[in-house]
Amino acid sequence: MKFTWQDYDSRSFYDELIGARGGARAAGRAVAKHISSLTMDEIRERQRAAELAVKTMGITFTVYNEGTNIDRTWPYDIIPRTISGSDWDRVEAGLVQRLTALNLFIDDVYNAQHILNDGVVPRDLILESVNFRAACVGMRPKHGVWAHICGSDLIRDHDGTFYVLEDNLRVPSGVSYMLENRKVNKRVFPELFAADNMRPIGEYTSHLFAMLASLSPRLGERPVVVVLTPGIYNSAYFEHSYLAQQMGAELVEGGDLFVGPDDCVYMRTIAGPARVDVIYRRIDDLFLDPDVFNPDSALGVPGLMRAWLRGKVALANAPGAGVADDKAVYTYVPDMIRYYLEQDAILPNVDTYRCGERESCAYVLPLLDKLVVKPVNESGGYGMLVGPTSTAEERRVFARRLRANPRNYVAQPLISLSTCPTVCGSGIEPRHLDLRPFILQGAKHYVTPGGLTRVALKKGSFVVNSSQGGGSKDTWIVDCA
Amino acid sequence: MLSRVAERIYWLGRYLERIENTARLVGVYGNVLLDLPRPAKLKWDTLIAITGSGAAFAERHARADERSVVRFYLADRANPISVASSADNARENARTVREITPSSIWEGINDLHIYLQDNIDSAVARRGRDAFLRRVIESCQYLVGCMAGSMSRDAAYHFLRAGRYLERADMTSRIVDVGTANVFPWEASGREEGAAVRDSDPYESMLWMSVLRSLNALQMYRRQVPERICAEQVVAFLLQDEGFPRAIANCLDALQSCLRNLPGNKAAVAMVAAAIERLAKADIATLLQQQGMFEFIDHMQIEFNEMHAVIRASWFEPQV
Repeated sequence: MKFTWQDYDSRSFYDELIGARGGARAAGRAVAKHISSLTMDEIRERQRAAELAVKTMGITFTVYNEGTNIDRTWPYDIIPRTISGSDWDRVEAGLVQRLTALNLFIDDVYNAQHILNDGVVPRDLILESVNFRAACVGMRPKHGVWAHICGSDLIRDHDGTFYVLEDNLRVPSGVSYMLENRKVNKRVFPELFAADNMRPIGEYTSHLFAMLASLSPRLGERPVVVVLTPGIYNSAYFEHSYLAQQMGAELVEGGDLFVGPDDCVYMRTIAGPARVDVIYRRIDDLFLDPDVFNPDSALGVPGLMRAWLRGKVALANAPGAGVADDKAVYTYVPDMIRYYLEQDAILPNVDTYRCGERESCAYVLPLLDKLVVKPVNESGGYGMLVGPTSTAEERRVFARRLRANPRNYVAQPLISLSTCPTVCGSGIEPRHLDLRPFILQGAKHYVTPGGLTRVALKKGSFVVNSSQGGGSKDTWIVDCA
Repeated sequence: MLSRVAERIYWLGRYLERIENTARLVGVYGNVLLDLPRPAKLKWDTLIAITGSGAAFAERHARADERSVVRFYLADRANPISVASSADNARENARTVREITPSSIWEGINDLHIYLQDNIDSAVARRGRDAFLRRVIESCQYLVGCMAGSMSRDAAYHFLRAGRYLERADMTSRIVDVGTANVFPWEASGREEGAAVRDSDPYESMLWMSVLRSLNALQMYRRQVPERICAEQVVAFLLQDEGFPRAIANCLDALQSCLRNLPGNKAAVAMVAAAIERLAKADIATLLQQQGMFEFIDHMQIEFNEMHAVIRASWFEPQV
């Protein structure tokens, strides 16, 4: 018996593939049709083949547990998530607009501080942020760009509107999984690709390399680009080595580099020291240089900040770029876009209440059971309260913490994340998802067509993190005829 | 190329070679046991002696029976030369050099690793062992082919091969050691320990045939040496033949040519050249008659360790 969409629930939330009336959306028509030409057994067979391909291709993420690193395979669902080309063009324009403004903001904050002087963004919020780096004041990186690689998390509401949930400007990860997902789907579902017209994503690493090379301080020479990783025990090690491999760049650890008396950065090679021009660093600011930041860091390179400040080496992303990657600063992004670009934001933020403001805090406290409250500087879902699923006791404890340090929190309504059909034990059911596109900015911009779709594999769950039962899907931007 | 990466790719070469060697050793050993008549009393613990693993084995097993020895060589992660631990190490090294090796190599190693995890138990029993070992050896050969067919002849490739040939030379020396040092127990029971192999020994040619087979060398030997199989000829072939890829002379020659392609190679090349010369000059017949072979091989193994040390000092130790 062939699979039928008849019993699929596309009404409770915005479903990416199937409309509320049960018919496939334009961008997903070919996918929906192809799936209904298969039996459930055939679909499961494809799912198993995909899981095997993921295992053989060695697509893993690392979980550090009790002194050993466990290399887990990446959970993957074969039904692609489809988005129409026209929807995407608007998202892409919005992402470029956003990152342009964010870079103008960071450059301003470390130099003239116009936006703070004009009172558009409160001075204290920035200068007291744990992500503000005094060591970077006065620095002018090439192109005026600090955040060269940005991963923004997008969600879709019940009516399908895209919202930006957060911008990751420090060391965003996930792009390698986006690229590998496409390869897996091509292996196991080749006939699906023949039927559809989706935008290719494979050029990302070429764009990444070109962008990084454009940052080189030595003109006229072939730039030496390296990827700096904390090492094999880092959860994103797979990605570090993947990107280095795809770009033909060296993958280095802190111990492979040193800063010479001429303030240039060198790597230790079998033929002696070799100069490095651009470092795509995948370690946090505070571990970059033990001379300036955390003195105990064994991951970084002593003297690296000196080399960067003197313009002898480029760092991507620039140290200090994280100042704009903070859930309180996030709330000002639409204002930044207006301030620097004199435009309205194309992509809306999720409504956010800054608890540091008296009226907002007064509004949030009695509604803790309805809202999501997050600390401004954590990522990965740590230390947050999800009101609707919390207990009275949890809310009581949280309220006390919130009152003690209201500036540390923001609150948002709980967004009903959109869904997409996903293969699970009982057949095909809707599961919630988000989307992380990657945006590059050097001399010019590049946005990945689509991005990494993360899906909460547990029924009803909104948690898409891979460490907490999340999986992923291939993401297709489909240009409909 | 980064020094750290050079070291890892060199070890990747060594571990891949070790997987294949250990798999061959276990396979041939099982076969020779089946071939030999009962009174020969060849025991599984002889295998332990070949690889110098006596202490590590005794720590973990009371008796050296087939099950425990085979498990020790295939599945035991406490044994540093077991197929399982070599495969773990190969994979770990491959994982850290993915950015410079073609992806087919990582996938091949990963695939072998998964196969081992799922099937290693079936190989402990005799029935599934042959298919298992064949698959393991084929995977290694596939990887060697991938490397030869898809890697540029740059430093990475030279380090990979340097590791392979040094490991292979070491393994061949150990296997020759077995035949000549009389560690085979039926010989010890039949006559004084350490006595030279007699011409009339009914199992001698079988023993040397199995030695050749473990190195996949039987046919090549036969084409080279038309006479009856005897100790002197086999040992000379395995040590001094310049054309056979598992003979030590050939391994050292290949090692030397890898090192010649690397920067700052003077000390390393000189050391290998000296060893090649010494080996070529050795009078195998006299060494066997005067029981000097054990010491000769022992000395050669010390030289292999010194070669490893000089490779390390030349390229892996950070210089600044």
